[in-house]
Amino acid sequence: MTGFARRFNAIFGADMAGPLTALTAVLVIMGLASPHFLTAATFGSVAFQLPELGVLTLAMLVPILTGGLNLAITFTANIAGLTLAWTLQTHGGADAGPGAFLIGSCLALIVGALSGLVMGLVIAFTRAHPILVSLSMMIFLRGLGEFLTRGGDISGFPAFIAPIGHGSVLGIPVPLLILVACVIASHVLLSRTRLGFSTYMIGSNIESARYSGINTRKVLVLVYMLSGIMAAVAGIIMLARFNSVRVGHGESYLLITVLACFLGGINPFGGFGRVLPVFVALVVLQLLSSGLNLLGANQHLTTAVWGILLIIVMVMRWASSTFTGKTK
Amino acid sequence: MSIATDTGASARPILSLRGISMTFGGVRALKNVSFEVMPGEVHCLAGENGSGKSTLIKVVSGVYTPAPGAEIVFDGETLTRMTPVMAQEKGIQIIWQDLALFPEMSVAENIAFQSLSGPRMRLVDYSAIRRIARNALSRLGVMLDVERPLKDFAIAQRQIVAIARALVGEARVVFMDEPTASLTQSETDHLLAIVRTLSASGVAVVLVSHRLAEVLAISSRITVLRDGALVGVYPVAGMTQSGITELMTGRSFDERVRAREVTKNPVVLSVAHLSRPREFEDISFDLRRGETLGVTGLLGAGRTELALTLFGMRKPSAGSITLEGRPVRFSSNRDAIAAGIAYLSEDRLSLGLNQPQSIADNLVMASLDRILKRGLIASDRKRSLVARWIADLGIRIGLQEDAISTLSGGNQQRVAIAKWLATDPKVLILDAPTVGVDVGARAGIFEIVARLAEAGLAIIRISDEVPEVYLNADRIIHMKKGRIAGWHDPRATTLKALEAAVYA
Repeated sequence: MTGFARRFNAIFGADMAGPLTALTAVLVIMGLASPHFLTAATFGSVAFQLPELGVLTLAMLVPILTGGLNLAITFTANIAGLTLAWTLQTHGGADAGPGAFLIGSCLALIVGALSGLVMGLVIAFTRAHPILVSLSMMIFLRGLGEFLTRGGDISGFPAFIAPIGHGSVLGIPVPLLILVACVIASHVLLSRTRLGFSTYMIGSNIESARYSGINTRKVLVLVYMLSGIMAAVAGIIMLARFNSVRVGHGESYLLITVLACFLGGINPFGGFGRVLPVFVALVVLQLLSSGLNLLGANQHLTTAVWGILLIIVMVMRWASSTFTGKTK
Repeated sequence: MSIATDTGASARPILSLRGISMTFGGVRALKNVSFEVMPGEVHCLAGENGSGKSTLIKVVSGVYTPAPGAEIVFDGETLTRMTPVMAQEKGIQIIWQDLALFPEMSVAENIAFQSLSGPRMRLVDYSAIRRIARNALSRLGVMLDVERPLKDFAIAQRQIVAIARALVGEARVVFMDEPTASLTQSETDHLLAIVRTLSASGVAVVLVSHRLAEVLAISSRITVLRDGALVGVYPVAGMTQSGITELMTGRSFDERVRAREVTKNPVVLSVAHLSRPREFEDISFDLRRGETLGVTGLLGAGRTELALTLFGMRKPSAGSITLEGRPVRFSSNRDAIAAGIAYLSEDRLSLGLNQPQSIADNLVMASLDRILKRGLIASDRKRSLVARWIADLGIRIGLQEDAISTLSGGNQQRVAIAKWLATDPKVLILDAPTVGVDVGARAGIFEIVARLAEAGLAIIRISDEVPEVYLNADRIIHMKKGRIAGWHDPRATTLKALEAAVYA
């Protein structure tokens, strides 16, 4: 290993190399391709678009670390958003006060936690596969949401909510602040707490964790509750950004969150991976999307480029582990 | 080395291997090993755990490809390579220790399984299957109901099914991996009679074992491996068991019985009439401070089940557990750990340690409370706790962050012991602590355990290796079919007597 690589790993961790390389590549290539790319406008749009996807990705990340998955995150976000919208409407709609917003947000978080609680209990006690359990929850929430909204939009919220989606504090977009707070919270939770430690241990071998006295059921339930709460946060951001709630909103983000996790070096079978590389990976995806947008590319093409990127990253990871020897 | 044996075999070996070397990730598992078997011979392949026996069988059966320079000669034909399909066609059959049978399928289906998996799609002819199975069993002189599912039968009968399956494959050489490991004496005798039948019909049988007494009785020659190298090939006549042990380990062992007088120490753990249906029944004993209580018995004697119950992972149906004078009832192993009971699992690979995770994380896994500062894991406390135990138990590691799977079996086991010592236990249960640990590294683990006992830790030491328990315990419980079959004092009995009792 060269001295540079050793210093790099000491500062950032070995799992940051891939995402940071991708970040540099996107900045250089897009910067050369479009003179408008490296401007405040690009970064402004990234800063406003990133948070929904970012918080949803955090909601996906923690279950993946346990070797599971939460496919219900987008619809949990919708239902949480509906909860908030309903609270606002019963308190006067557009004339509702900040108090109603606070109560509604708390209720939204509770609804998110409940969705996670149910999944966590089923997964922990029946050992059913998380894909099946969360898929069932996803279908349930979608059906419930469509039933409640008759498939339409709910809008007409008080004016003070808009800044949560569009405003800035000291020049920093509010949604970005929320995302950064969630990233820091997730990072500390996973790297410094007993729950985080147990999450990793369960992810790589749940039986050995149980034999070592880790309360695996409790950890699983908490992990899915946390995932649900994160999804609810994303739901609140989405409500504020679009000034409306519609069931199915953000549905296309679901698989992108999985993609972002793997791009950030999360082991798809659980047990390994950190929050910060995932955060960088998210920035890369969003920059790529904004850059292609600037170049006049079709929105759907962006999705295709994301897919190609993931394939390239997987091949490169295989190549680096094959040709550099024994790195993981 | 082509000597005719007293079974009257011809002078040409049926199978001969020369210059076999195998390397796994820098570790040389086999170093230029030669091995040969005569037609109809009963041959013993002996060696300690990790000596290369299993690797050699896997080369013979085509699972592993040896390093260049190897030569495999089967029945006079020199083969450049061996694949599992070729081994099958030539009639080389392996009966693995786990038997690799299908418990849900019938005896007949298990036996005739290979004739079912042909290259062409065809319908299953059940009457043909039953006929094949009955023929194979009758060649062994055994009658079993071939239509019943295999899971209805005991382990000894399943082994016979595995042998019958080998016969269906037109076996010419049969390797049996630790065939007597889970058998009682009479079952072993029956198995050995079947081996004689096979050998008389011209099939060569290679018994791979580290339990020598039984297999020596019927083998004509013995090949000894040590640390992946060939020690030698010897006629069995004139060999003693201790002589072979010396060949296998390369040194004469200090056969000192460590047992000490501990009856004046206070009782730490008291178990009375503990039972769990179909697992163990009416188990009572007192464990004193500084005492090492050995628990031995055959597989299925209920040893591990008893340990898991003491560790709170299973609930007793009757009886009581008293820890330092207070009756305890554990609802999970977390309660047991908090109360001061630690359990080193017999299955280090999947239960005892979290193999992909780091050495440090494995070591602190059961004692996270000790490295928390204001509710958060303090990395400096974690580092120093790990460093202290690594130094204390003399564990050889690279970095604390390395995966535990990069360590040798002996060092892994030391980390597993350290993990439990870090919880500050009053009672340490060691379940088969030397499984998969090299002979040399075992002595180090024995030393550590003896030191812990000297320091006052109460230890329950479970093992099916009778000598290990005999030499290292103060008192010994012999368990049989879930009950205490007898108490033994190592100072008042001989190893031979103890082994006779256990394998009876």
